[in-house]
Amino acid sequence: MMSFQILIPTPLRQFTNNQESVTVEGKSVGEGLKNLCTRHSALQKHLYSDDGRLRNFVNIYVNDEDIRYLQKEATQVAEKDVVSIIPSIAGGRE
Amino acid sequence: MANVDLSGEEIRRYGRHLIMPEVGMDGQKKLKAASILLVGAGGLGSPLGLYLAAAGVGRIGIVDFDVVDYSNLQRQILHSTKDVGRPKLASAKERLEGINPFVKIETHEMHLNSENALGLFAEYDIIIDGTDNFPTRYLVNDACVLTGKPNVYGSIFRFEGQASVFATKDGPCYRCLYPEPPPPGLVPSCAEGGVLGILPGIIGTIQANEAVKLIIGKGEPLAGRLLLFDALKTKFRELKLRKNPDCPVCGQHRTITSLIDYEAFCGVQAGWDTFTREEQYEITVDQLKQRLDKKDDLFILDVREPQEYQICNLNGYLIPLRDLPKRINELDTAKEIVVHCKVGGRSRQAVEFMKQAGFRKVKNLVGGIDEWAEVIDPTMPRY
Repeated sequence: MMSFQILIPTPLRQFTNNQESVTVEGKSVGEGLKNLCTRHSALQKHLYSDDGRLRNFVNIYVNDEDIRYLQKEATQVAEKDVVSIIPSIAGGRE
Repeated sequence: MANVDLSGEEIRRYGRHLIMPEVGMDGQKKLKAASILLVGAGGLGSPLGLYLAAAGVGRIGIVDFDVVDYSNLQRQILHSTKDVGRPKLASAKERLEGINPFVKIETHEMHLNSENALGLFAEYDIIIDGTDNFPTRYLVNDACVLTGKPNVYGSIFRFEGQASVFATKDGPCYRCLYPEPPPPGLVPSCAEGGVLGILPGIIGTIQANEAVKLIIGKGEPLAGRLLLFDALKTKFRELKLRKNPDCPVCGQHRTITSLIDYEAFCGVQAGWDTFTREEQYEITVDQLKQRLDKKDDLFILDVREPQEYQICNLNGYLIPLRDLPKRINELDTAKEIVVHCKVGGRSRQAVEFMKQAGFRKVKNLVGGIDEWAEVIDPTMPRY
């Protein structure tokens, strides 16, 4: 089975036992993310809405490219690729 | 060439710029003729103000409304210990004018909002986003797009920072990257999540560098790229940003053509009902004090981190929020439980989680232990 790495950003690490990256199984971004949510179920509602769509404030990159400009969740991933979840953060003034 | 002159004193001051061909007399005059608006005089605004003033940007406007607090001094290097209690704008102006009397510092003591943003932005060449919340970030972005001003963006959380330049002529804007904000409570603020004090220094100086490059017209701006910095690993990464053709504010079919209500936009998202507030699941610090004084049988659950518990606590039972799912069986659904964190965000998530797990007698302490320290027990340390 194909596997690849997903990098977990700081705000979501509380749901992955503080792991910075998780190796998941799958051939596409979507399969990998589903696999990730199966292992860490608390992530599900942070990444997906109730109707199963990726949330609008969660961006997924394969290497340095946004999957919205590739084949979205169907984007194929190879072993050497790194998938990143890039959430919005707001801090700065306080 | 910019229609300004440099005095002999200014030439001595900016000598190290003037001898570099990339800046030179032309570039330095452009800096003197330029104006920049800093939104926020805090963590990011501190290094931004210091370096932009030192670099000789002619006019620097600062928007803020806060006063200096002790807990700011760990990272907001514009302000000194003696400034605690003063308006941030007062200490910022004094410090920046001390660094460079040739720079004009304009202070705007106000909450930036949909009524005042466009008029204020129109007075400046470049806007720098050093804010700390989603409503203001979307407001700054949209106002930049609508006024045609570049938005030099920086954001920080714990050990991670992001920087980019949005809303340049052909570049993407913040909404191209994030069309919508996360629901309130989902992403902790720096007040709750903490931030390494040096991180805003690193991200803020990157923003200052981008602003100077935009003014002198040299180098490659960060437009179209999102720079990510991990302070723990000391690693920079870069992601490609694209202009979203469907972007509601800068795309081909715009639906946002004037500023909107950003509190509402960031507060209530359709389809997200998990974090709605319900009064029966809340308790105030005054109510808690009364109940405790009556010796009511309350179970206090503290969902902060152990290092926070060490600073101050209400003698509560400690289960950090992230451990709650696997330790929920340590709690008794029959007991009346009051959940608290520092200011109320994490405990609200905990209460939601517990409700879904079948707890009914569970209440969120509004304002958290920080409110308790402010209102009920002034001897308690605040952080």
